[in-house]
Amino acid sequence: MRTKFSSRILAASSVLALGLTATACGGAKTGDSATGESCVDTSGDTVKIGFLNSLSGTMAISETTVFKSLSMAAEEINADGGVLGKKLEIVSEDGQSEPTVFAEKATKLIQDDCVAAVFGGWTSSSRKAMLPVFEGNDALLFYPVQYEGLESSHNIFYTGATTNQQIIPALDFLKQEKKIESIFLVGSDYVFPRTANKIIKQYAAANGIEVLGEEYQPLGSTDFGTVVDKVKAAGADAVFNTLNGDSNVAFFKEYKGKGLTASAMPVLSVSIAEEEVPGVGVGNLEGQYTAWNYYQTIDSPANKEFVTAFKAANGAKAVTSDPMEAAYTSLYLWKGMVEKADSFAVEDVIDAADGVTYDAPEGTVEVDGENHHIAKTALIGQVNSEGLIDTVWSSDKPIEPDPYLKSYDWWKN
Amino acid sequence: MDALLAQVFTGVSAGAVLLLIALGLTLTFGQMGVINMAHGEFIMAGAYTAYVVSLVVASTELSLLIALPAGFVIGGLLGLALEASVLRWMYARPLDTLLVTYGVGLVLQQVARDVFGAPAKEVPAPGWLDGSIPILGYDFPLTRLFIIVLAGLCVAALLAVLRFTALGRQIRATVGNRDLAETIGISTRRTDRATFFIGSGLAGVAGVALTLLGSTGPNLGTSYIVQAFLVVVVGGIGHLKGTIVAALGIGLLQAFFAHALTGSVAQVIVFLAIVAFLQVRPQGILSVRTRSLA
Repeated sequence: MRTKFSSRILAASSVLALGLTATACGGAKTGDSATGESCVDTSGDTVKIGFLNSLSGTMAISETTVFKSLSMAAEEINADGGVLGKKLEIVSEDGQSEPTVFAEKATKLIQDDCVAAVFGGWTSSSRKAMLPVFEGNDALLFYPVQYEGLESSHNIFYTGATTNQQIIPALDFLKQEKKIESIFLVGSDYVFPRTANKIIKQYAAANGIEVLGEEYQPLGSTDFGTVVDKVKAAGADAVFNTLNGDSNVAFFKEYKGKGLTASAMPVLSVSIAEEEVPGVGVGNLEGQYTAWNYYQTIDSPANKEFVTAFKAANGAKAVTSDPMEAAYTSLYLWKGMVEKADSFAVEDVIDAADGVTYDAPEGTVEVDGENHHIAKTALIGQVNSEGLIDTVWSSDKPIEPDPYLKSYDWWKN
Repeated sequence: MDALLAQVFTGVSAGAVLLLIALGLTLTFGQMGVINMAHGEFIMAGAYTAYVVSLVVASTELSLLIALPAGFVIGGLLGLALEASVLRWMYARPLDTLLVTYGVGLVLQQVARDVFGAPAKEVPAPGWLDGSIPILGYDFPLTRLFIIVLAGLCVAALLAVLRFTALGRQIRATVGNRDLAETIGISTRRTDRATFFIGSGLAGVAGVALTLLGSTGPNLGTSYIVQAFLVVVVGGIGHLKGTIVAALGIGLLQAFFAHALTGSVAQVIVFLAIVAFLQVRPQGILSVRTRSLA
């Protein structure tokens, strides 16, 4: 028994040692390419780009749809002749819902596959994990999800909303249209809700809105009995909801179960899109508000085309949502930048970025060359009986991105 | 008074959820010593059973009542399959069962993702569980009351089976001393299978009940499995009464701390309390007196 055991250990450690040498060699090789010129190959009639989404793990539910809309954009671009005459060749990697895997796969895409740009990421932790990889290798990442702002990397383009394009317009809506005087904050316990609520509290203090409570539940928590009791007892004019994922289902079921309604105490959510509505249950959500920059119901030729194409590719029941649209748009924006630069080289693309526009399904968007975000129109929506979201209020024109909230004098970081 | 009543109710209902998810585990882990990490996926299978039944049965009023026994059977059959194909070879190696069943759990999650898709599904609640009834000025949601009643019924049924039926006596005898039970003619193989069927079936029932509170997705089980083991360990391995006390105790503690502080802090405090408690009483609230020689 003993000898068997130790021989096993020996075998395992030799395998481990082999693996280490292999990675060490790999590291040395890739190290060379990182210090040298970019290894992107543009000599042929194709150019490689990378899609990095979680196709497994807890985030797969959301990121798979982003992958689908990215793929659709790539197919459309290829059918239309490609970028600078070159067809796009997709290298897809699975981020597995793990920030460390995102960093690892990003390195692989940049150094081994030599892709011209990478599209993907969802959670802020995955973006934060990838940021040093893209900056260290001077590569390009297009990140398609609304996030907590306060970031602006030379190597990342943010095509989702920053806080002044989603959270602040949502507060403007509640103040101007709903005339609220008090608010209750409910969120999952991680970076986005905590940062969002920090902004909300400062906005509230500057605008005479009373914050009656602030409750956090661990990510994935489904026990909202106590939280909803507190919300009900506080009796605020509205609830601002930054819960993420499955927690929304439990929260809204409890909310309805305790007799709270959209008309008496509306909930405004920033993480519930068309995709999530069926999971929470239309009956539990009807009449509640959401804040995004895109809804499937937007009445424009560009959006009709987008929705029709997506349903044709993914079935009639498929819905389109904000992050999917932002991902789809990101690929077209990259195409616009490359064509303006007449080059696939990262620095040329970044230099050309400022002012690139695209008639996206959400409306016309424009890249800000300084902070790498895009100007977007804020839309407040209301969930209807079919589970889609109707626009009930809009900022009318695209809002310039301001990730550090420099133009708001009440903001003190 | 209002707030106190509300917290007692919230705590009891959270305890009832814990009890439902841990009840099956007290049988399979507690009585048989199998560390079944796939227990969470049996819960998930129960939830998906409720979803499928709601698609097949047109009446939402009835579908929940049909889903409960269906969930029991589906969970039980999954358990039987796992027992017959894998676990029967590993009764003497509890750590191996942990790894194997963890793998089985991952496979089941992926199967659910492939069959039903990654996005969560909604199982419509029957109309008669809509809303709440006010008692002493506090609105009791009917879904939560239903879960408390269901947990109570499951415990009563399990106790009755263990105490009054031949199968129950065989299960208790096998737990007490496997070798001696065999010498008096009990087929411990058959008893093991039956125990595993009931334990896994209870996971299925818990899954059906959970559709009333949360979402039905492939990851449903993973969010409950740790809590389920926690309850069983705190209650005292293999002790049904201990499990009941532990589930209600943890539920109430969680509710009171969450009310006084915040949800996240409450979870930390409860975990710390459990660690401290297990330092003092590593065998849990109650412990089994076995007559086995080991």
